[in-house]
Amino acid sequence: MNYPSTLKYTKDHEWLDVAGDTGRIGITDYAQKQLGDVVYVELPAVGTKITQGQSFGTIESVKAVSELFAPVSGEVVDVNATVKSKPEVVNGDPHASWLIAVRLTKPDEARALLDASQYGDLVK
Amino acid sequence: MVAFCGWDMPVEYAGITREHVAVRQSAGLFDVSHMGELEVAGKDALAAVQMLCSNDAARLQPGQAQYTALLTEQGTFVDDLVLYRLRSDHFLLVVNAANVVQDYNAIAERLTGYGDVVVMDASSRYALLSVQGPAAGRIVQPLTGVDLSAVEHYTFAHGEFANVRGTISRTGYTGEDGFEIFVPPQQADRVWQALMQSGGDDLEPCGLGARDTLRLEAGLRLYGSDIDLTTTALEAGLGWIVDWNKPDFVGAAALRAQKATGVSRKLAGFELLEPGIARQGCDVYVKGSTAGKVTSGTQTPTLKKSIGMAYLPASSTSEGSEFEVDIRGRRVRARVVPMPFYKRGNGEPRVASPEK
Repeated sequence: MNYPSTLKYTKDHEWLDVAGDTGRIGITDYAQKQLGDVVYVELPAVGTKITQGQSFGTIESVKAVSELFAPVSGEVVDVNATVKSKPEVVNGDPHASWLIAVRLTKPDEARALLDASQYGDLVK
Repeated sequence: MVAFCGWDMPVEYAGITREHVAVRQSAGLFDVSHMGELEVAGKDALAAVQMLCSNDAARLQPGQAQYTALLTEQGTFVDDLVLYRLRSDHFLLVVNAANVVQDYNAIAERLTGYGDVVVMDASSRYALLSVQGPAAGRIVQPLTGVDLSAVEHYTFAHGEFANVRGTISRTGYTGEDGFEIFVPPQQADRVWQALMQSGGDDLEPCGLGARDTLRLEAGLRLYGSDIDLTTTALEAGLGWIVDWNKPDFVGAAALRAQKATGVSRKLAGFELLEPGIARQGCDVYVKGSTAGKVTSGTQTPTLKKSIGMAYLPASSTSEGSEFEVDIRGRRVRARVVPMPFYKRGNGEPRVASPEK
């Protein structure tokens, strides 16, 4: 799998796509493969404050439940309704299926995340 | 791969949903060699099996099999198993991998001083390959001289499969038509390869994940989850494998007493009315009070619903009764529905209508 160079990655297998002062968050192709068929995601409501490294929700497959960890701190400004109603899209196109969008409160955190080649090495 | 009772087993090959759907629509191949095999043989074998197991083994002719159970004196499960009558005085018990030692010890103890009968752990002599799904017969038939149309549900025959001598039974754990093939472990790989070749695109290798979702849809109990040493055959809704008219068996007295007074809790099938999966161990609340636990639960690939089994107070198990399940701190509404959740061959799967 090609990990897009436009995204930043965490060791917990989330990705972050920053545009201006907001960032979209999803899970990586590696993560969706490990989970298998995703059937349910539990996401925070708009306005919720999330903290880097802390759980902000859960993603559930037939096989397992997994926590979602925030790649950066911020305030939730949008939740992907498509993923909530059709969780299987995460398996189909993980790097396009964002889960939440946040307004970054500590933009420096994003700069310290893994780039695509570092993440690619991690999951090799 | 996961460690499972001393075996390394795949949870999935191509994905649980894909494997599950293959079994419902064409066929899947499972390596279930982890299952244990005990043999009970001798002049007194039938009497011994009648004493040991809850179902009526005397109804079996050689070549026939039945679902039955080894119970404790309290009527709870040592194991559930499929009993094969190989010859009039020779039985094969196919038991759960986790219970081989427990079963053997329980049987050996009960046979102390019993007469002309012996119990043997033959697990290492058998590999077991299971072909399940509507296309199973079409896939297996070209590999054997055994006429599979003559092998009826819960019967078996001996013969060659891909030139390997073995035994085939029309049994399974998926709710579909299917066959289980017992072969020597040294030659199991050859039979697996031949089946995969015969099946082509119609046969999907399947792991433990799909085995669990399939059996759950079919309402089949899983030892260690839905039944165990703390639950009786009546509480588990398995009274149909208890024969009340046959000679006495271990656990009969306790079950008769429980039948007379009525069970206080019962295993019920349910579906969730809100998103999520109620997994094993989730607490169940009836009218706000804790009332039991979920024993199995999954999102079913066939029905696209979240289903499960739970022990509930007997008074709360009528169809349509609602209760709540605690899923990681969230109370999710659930409703009792009849089992099996899925039944093959009658058009639409049998489920209650969805409620949004």
